[in-house]
Parts: sequence; C-alpha cells; structure tokens
Amino acid sequence: MARARAVIVWTALFLVIAIPIAAAAFSPLLAWRQPIYIAAGLSGIAAFALLVLQPLLATGALPGLNGLRGRSVHRWVGAALVATVCFHVGGLWITSPPDVVDALLFASPTPFSAWGVIAMWAVFASALLAVLRRKLRPRNWRVIHLVLAVLIAGGTIIHAVLIEGTMEPASKLLLCAVVALATTKAVLDTRVWSRGRARARRGTPGPSN
Amino acid sequence: MKPVTFGRRSILAAGGAALTLGVSAALSPARASGLAPTPSMRGGSNNYIPDAPIVDRIGGGGFWMTGTVRRAGDGAPLVGQRIQIWAHTTEGHERDRHSHGATLTDANGVFRLEMPQIVPAFGQPHGHLAYDSGEFETVFLRPIMPSASDTSLEAHFVLKPA
Repeated sequence: MARARAVIVWTALFLVIAIPIAAAAFSPLLAWRQPIYIAAGLSGIAAFALLVLQPLLATGALPGLNGLRGRSVHRWVGAALVATVCFHVGGLWITSPPDVVDALLFASPTPFSAWGVIAMWAVFASALLAVLRRKLRPRNWRVIHLVLAVLIAGGTIIHAVLIEGTMEPASKLLLCAVVALATTKAVLDTRVWSRGRARARRGTPGPSN
Repeated sequence: MKPVTFGRRSILAAGGAALTLGVSAALSPARASGLAPTPSMRGGSNNYIPDAPIVDRIGGGGFWMTGTVRRAGDGAPLVGQRIQIWAHTTEGHERDRHSHGATLTDANGVFRLEMPQIVPAFGQPHGHLAYDSGEFETVFLRPIMPSASDTSLEAHFVLKPA
C-alpha cells in the first residue's frame, strides 16, 4: 500500500514537472530565438518547476524523503533554485541588457517583470538566511523563511501567468495550481505560531528561545 | 499614466499607441491649448541603434508598421519626418542591426513600413519606434500587439518642437 502510494506520488510529481518543461521545449517561438535566450527561458521554467518540490520536501510529504532526509534534499534543491534563477536572469541579460536593467530597477513596461524580480530577491534572501540560520532564533528563522517562500511562490506564479512566452498555457496553469497548493499546504502544516509544536516537530533540541 | 496597463490587451481593444494618445490627451492640462505631445513609453528606447537607414522594407516583409506624425498644438500632419522602427521578428532579435529600419512620413503625415512578422519576446509581442531627428523633441514608443497573430501594428506620434 505504501509502495503503491509512493509510485503514484512520484509519478504525478514527475509529470507535473516534466510536462511544462517538455511543452515549452516544443514552443514555436523557439524557432526565432538564439540559444542563450532559449536556455534562459527554460532555466526560468525549471526554477518554477522546482518550486513544486520545495514545500513538499520541507514538510516531509514525499515518500522516502521525510524528516531530515527531506530537508537535506530541500537544501540542495534550494541551491539549484539559486543557480537556475541566476542563469535565467544572466541569459536574459545577454539577450537584451536594457530590458533586464529596466526589470531590476522596477522600471519595466511589462508588469510581470517586477514580480519576477521580487521572487528573485526572495530566493536570494532565503538562501542567505538558510546559510546563516544558526544565528537566528529557530522560530524567527521559520517565520521569515515561510514569508519568503510565499513571496517566491506567489511572485513566480504571477510572473509566469502574465508572460506571453514559450510556456504552453494549459501546462503553465497546471504548474501554477500545483505550486500554489503545495505552498499553501506547507504553510498550514508548519504552524510557526505554535512554539511547542514547532519544537516538537523539529525533533532536535535547538537553542532555547 | 501607466503604460503597464497595456498588458490587459483583452480589455483594451484599442491599440496601445492610440490609447497613449487618448489617455495623455485626456490627462494633460495642455489639452485646452490643443493636441498634447506624445510622451515616450517605458522601455521604448531599449535596443535602439541610432541612424537606422531608410529602407523600402525591413527583411522579407509580411507585417506592416503604420502610424501618423502630427505637430503638438494644432495637430498639423508633419511631412517627411523620419521614423525608426525595430522589433524582435521571425528574422532576428531586437539587437540585430538587420532588424532596424527607417521610413519617412508622406504628405498626410502617414508612415507605413513593411517588416518581418513580429513575434513575442520578453513576454509581449511588441514593436519599437523612434523619432529623434532633432527638429522636434525625441519620442520613443513601444506599442503592444493585441494578439501575437496580428500582421500589423499602429503607433502615432504627436511631436513638440525642440
């Protein structure tokens, strides 16, 4: 039974991540784009797809990856997220520097740019805080990380929805819906407002608050 | 005035450039004294290359960029004004020199330049136009196509003497 559940969960997860990326890889727009622009776009889509994994790993919802193992993979996926976001922005910069400068300065004519930049800074802030998390009180770290996670997921969804680009519309909406659901569930499950429960869930004696 | 609202193209049936003209005219206090000049749009000058050559057609053509050039105040059509045009098309990126070309307005202040089909880039199917010949103040426009399958796009200039 547990094995059947694991097969179903991992298959569904694979499809949710692979279908939008594969659909974008067959976009007709690619015919008129240079390789660096194509790679930058796909890197952004890959980063978006990784957002499905993060809340599930953090809350130990994936079969075979609960507890510490889940959070260890969560850290690696977080590092991959930083890398894919950097490649996305860097590749777009090479393709068209003024458009990326406008976006970074929040002076872009396109409304989706600002949401992408907000999500990017939230990813970087999350990564920095994750490295420095031992210097923070555990509860503060969890609250800040959750707020940033919501900004990342929400900002990325708005960014993607408003773009007329290589993502195929139906698979894009599917990915948006799954990221939104997974993030919402993780926020509700984490219950950072309950100190005792948060400490009990961690299972390790952290520094006293 | 927020050019970002142009993204809601399903709501705004009017072309982006026409809208700019209307909105800026409606909001401008100068309206009482006549037609207000067109302001440059955000991002309008991105990937601009000065002195694009006057051409009969950019690349293989198939798509039409059209518009008008008028004088602020009295709205008189401006003849022989050079309008520079560039976009991400089926034949090249905005940064490619061969994606750029210029044309002149006719006796009615109308310009028309055939170019390759514009395709969505950086999230929107859009074109770029510039007036920067010096006699009037420089204006950069960035109209958005209501649909990526459109085969024409309009942009209108109202210029103020420099």
